[in-house]
Amino acid sequence: MSEQIIHQTAAQMSADLASGSVTAVELANAHFDRIAAVDGDVHAFLHLDREGALAQAATVDASRKAGEKLHPLAGVPLALKDVLTQKGVPTTCGSKMLEGWRPPYDSTVVTNLKKAGVVILGKTNMDEFAMGSSTENSAYGPTHNPWDLSRIPGGSGGGSSAALAAFEAPLAIGTDTGGSIRQPAAVTGTVGVKPTYGAVSRYGLVAFSSSLDQAGPCARTVLDTAMLHEVIAGYDPKDSTSINAPVGKMVEAAKKLDIKGMKIGVVKELSGDGYQAGVLTRFNEALEALVAAGAEIVEVSTPSFEYALAAYYLIAPSETSSNLARFDSMRYGIRIGDDGSRSAEEVMNMTREVGFGKEVKRRIILGTYALSSGYYDAYYGSAQKVRTLIKRDYEAAFAKVDVLVSPTCPTTAFKIGEKSDDPLAMYLNDVATIPINLAGIGGMSLPCGLAPEDGLPVGFQIMSPALKDELMYQVGGTLEAALESKWGKPLYASAPELAVK
Amino acid sequence: MAAISREEVAHLARLARIEMTDAELDHLASEMDLILESVSRVQGVAGADIPPTSHAIAMQNVMRPDVVVPSLTPEEALSGAPAREDDRFKVPQILGEE
Amino acid sequence: MALNYDQAIDLYEPTLGLEVHVELNTNSKMFCGCATEFGAEPNTQTCPVCLGLPGSLPVVNAKAIESSIRIGLALNCSITPFSRFARKNYFYPDMPKNFQTSQYDEPICVNGYLDVTIDTEEGPKVFRVEIERVHMEEDTGKSLHVGGATGRIHGAEHSLLDYNRAGIPLVEIVTRMIPGTEKYAPEVARAYVAELRDILRSLGVSDVKMEQGSLRCDANVSISPRSSGVLGTRSETKNVNSLRSVERAVRGEIIRQANRLQAGERIIQETRHFQEESGETRSGRSKEQAEDYRYFPEPDLLPIVADPAWVEELKAALPEKPSIRRKKLQEAWAVPDKEMASMVNAELLDTVEETVNLGAEPTKARSWWLGEISRLANEKAVAPTSLIQPSEVAEVIALIASGELTDKLARQVVEGVINGEGTPRDVIEKRGLKVVSDDSALMVAIEAAIAAQPETAERVRAGNVPAAGALIGAVMKATGGQADAAKVKDLLLKHLGQG
Repeated sequence: MSEQIIHQTAAQMSADLASGSVTAVELANAHFDRIAAVDGDVHAFLHLDREGALAQAATVDASRKAGEKLHPLAGVPLALKDVLTQKGVPTTCGSKMLEGWRPPYDSTVVTNLKKAGVVILGKTNMDEFAMGSSTENSAYGPTHNPWDLSRIPGGSGGGSSAALAAFEAPLAIGTDTGGSIRQPAAVTGTVGVKPTYGAVSRYGLVAFSSSLDQAGPCARTVLDTAMLHEVIAGYDPKDSTSINAPVGKMVEAAKKLDIKGMKIGVVKELSGDGYQAGVLTRFNEALEALVAAGAEIVEVSTPSFEYALAAYYLIAPSETSSNLARFDSMRYGIRIGDDGSRSAEEVMNMTREVGFGKEVKRRIILGTYALSSGYYDAYYGSAQKVRTLIKRDYEAAFAKVDVLVSPTCPTTAFKIGEKSDDPLAMYLNDVATIPINLAGIGGMSLPCGLAPEDGLPVGFQIMSPALKDELMYQVGGTLEAALESKWGKPLYASAPELAVK
Repeated sequence: MAAISREEVAHLARLARIEMTDAELDHLASEMDLILESVSRVQGVAGADIPPTSHAIAMQNVMRPDVVVPSLTPEEALSGAPAREDDRFKVPQILGEE
Repeated sequence: MALNYDQAIDLYEPTLGLEVHVELNTNSKMFCGCATEFGAEPNTQTCPVCLGLPGSLPVVNAKAIESSIRIGLALNCSITPFSRFARKNYFYPDMPKNFQTSQYDEPICVNGYLDVTIDTEEGPKVFRVEIERVHMEEDTGKSLHVGGATGRIHGAEHSLLDYNRAGIPLVEIVTRMIPGTEKYAPEVARAYVAELRDILRSLGVSDVKMEQGSLRCDANVSISPRSSGVLGTRSETKNVNSLRSVERAVRGEIIRQANRLQAGERIIQETRHFQEESGETRSGRSKEQAEDYRYFPEPDLLPIVADPAWVEELKAALPEKPSIRRKKLQEAWAVPDKEMASMVNAELLDTVEETVNLGAEPTKARSWWLGEISRLANEKAVAPTSLIQPSEVAEVIALIASGELTDKLARQVVEGVINGEGTPRDVIEKRGLKVVSDDSALMVAIEAAIAAQPETAERVRAGNVPAAGALIGAVMKATGGQADAAKVKDLLLKHLGQG
């Protein structure tokens, strides 16, 4: 049974739970069995909360038995990116710095998940403090792409995307600062959404870059992603940047399967040079499917996007240098060198040397530089202005079209170790995903096929205007249905079988 | 032409409170050179009339009423402390100010 | 030969700048809902936000914004149409995030002033202190240094941190450099802080208790050789915990700097700490290598755009300025300048007013508080208001007016109250201090005195009134001093046909 059930969509699991053909405890155990079988190779999880998950599942089962009205996702398992706090459960952010830290509070995302009865299986691996595009920067070792274990699962949320692709969980939470939900989704053949900035509370999301970070839903289908979106989104008075407006009807939009008359803009600057041939092939096929579904395709130019990567690599490190200052060994986390003779300052220096990995240090130093007196205007200040230009590019584009599309990443999954010594090459991965973070708008990646040259998943990105996240679900749902009927099955069903231990 | 010297990187590391070996400083200085060359493209792109954007979704005056809500217990507050003495965080000797 | 203050001023011209930090008395902290009670058990008023736990986020306390705007308005500032928080980045263990959420180039209030009046040799003189800015920020935690000399940081083996104070709203009020105070720099500094404190108290925005740290003053002092036109290097003196200390710190710093320059040494730009015992300042952290705080707009908070109509509303509702209130009180009480000034300087104006409001005559209320009670307070080295309540003083004054107490007895009553013997009534009861006003009891004593000195009584009867003194004295002696002498005289003279 467990082999079968873990391959279901979350929507199907929800229906099975409702009909009583499976219990939440059985579903949780089936996933823990799967994790035990394959996670030795995949390494999607950093920590499993078997006890907490089974307790939550039992509560849901009891409530259901008692005839209580439950949320559709009550009892459905989920993998949580290790950057969100969960009370009493280790939260490391993939860093040695926070080894053993058990936060005394729940993030709002976790509060919302618990309220809905979602069963949190455990915490997933990630690039340290969400900095990276490959999950190789985790202090706890890399995660492997279930499509090819020698390749990266994307990053920073590679653990969450790999867990979905390996059927270790039907739902996952990611966070996206420059593509950390969408790029992993693209390279693992799963779906990931970065909602409009402020749609999902950041309270309890360990900050990387406060003005760009946004948590979002991940799953294997557009509908599952939409269902999860509605659970985690909503106004939170604990986050000043939270949007005080009702959550849109994402599930309804995902089920519409109708895009007749919609105008879809292809971003000229986000394709062509530097994009893998097979990526462009599948992208163009998807465009044809959209046209066949009744949409009109228009080419749109966004001239400032060429500066987006540079602006991002100034803004994010600047905010990081300040956000990560609190990791100083005084109140939580590891402490190095406190032998009774050293001062607090020396112990801070030593702890931060040992506790942070190479990429994190690189960005802290870069951000410290960009904010320092004499350089602020040239770097941080200029980057904030570029941000304005990018926002204006989007505004101009959305005056003409309903949504914008592009390939999610220039390439399919690369080999583990291939780019780890070349930070600039690594940063280029984010070229298509970064612009929406700078503008605060929503973006989705969904699979649009396997690249002919390597047989690896290709991601299709849909960008919708601020506060109109429903649009990407509407377009994404329609495209997914069109492609599935063409392929005869969902893409994730083509993933190679993993060796089971 | 190097955009940033090893001494500058050492100064930044001091500001950021990260101890670094000479080898690390050298390596980082060369990396920073490349990165800065790349990111300095942002300079001069936007004219003086372009305002900076710090929040992508513009909002203002978000406040909370002055109402007390329960705090953590000292046990919870100190639960992650590397060292404690009674209900205070214990830290190495603090230099500098009085 | 070291220069004294007058010699220092003869040679050098002082320039003064003051930064005052005020803890607001909001119920909850600046960015979280933790309580702000002073003196709570360590780390009982903390949460993920004020402990800077990973993932936590700040949300601005609306009352703190309102208080800051009201402070700005009371100091004649403009309220800026767009104001923002910024992060001031530096590492320090008592600061949980290793950045202070503060305001930088976009403070909430700018360009105000405060006039203070100083008694000079040429009479009262008004100095205008210009306010550069009023901005909001958050307080730090408190560290306890263990293992070295008591509480001192030097030689301590480790430190213990309590974050109850971390995140309490602070308003920083920064003056422009104040030139032209000349030798009155210490007095101007003191008067400014005193006036500011009175304003803040009248606004009800802070407890303004310097001894508890809810009002803290940093004094920037520089001196330049007379007619040199060169601006001196300034020092910043912290840890100034009373009005008296403000004055002493400025005076001490002027003397120190003058002596350094006189000895051919230079002034170092640095932070200094005021030493309460010696009245001198001691070197703290050198600022030779300027800190690079890497300020940038706080991404977790949004701009404050104060609605002009609301600002006008707040302005219209401001309480009367303390200086105007003082003028009104002075007129109502008909007290001379000097007496008024003495009440203000002794920080007893509010107390006297409260006593007067309870029915006491202003001159009497003033003289009790500034006289006997202040004298006793001085002996005990405490504040007069900590010894006795205005209501008790008003009661004593009323008892004198009704003739139930003499001045002499009243002093004993006050002493009793201060010694914790209870209310004035209790003390009168316990010590048996009541004036003997019962005529029949007095008549017995008078008749006894006449019987004892019949010749004296005769002389009085014959019209020699002054001779009655001996008889009165005898009566007073017989009643143990508890009789009202005037009353005794009255009764005696009547009895002897001279009334």
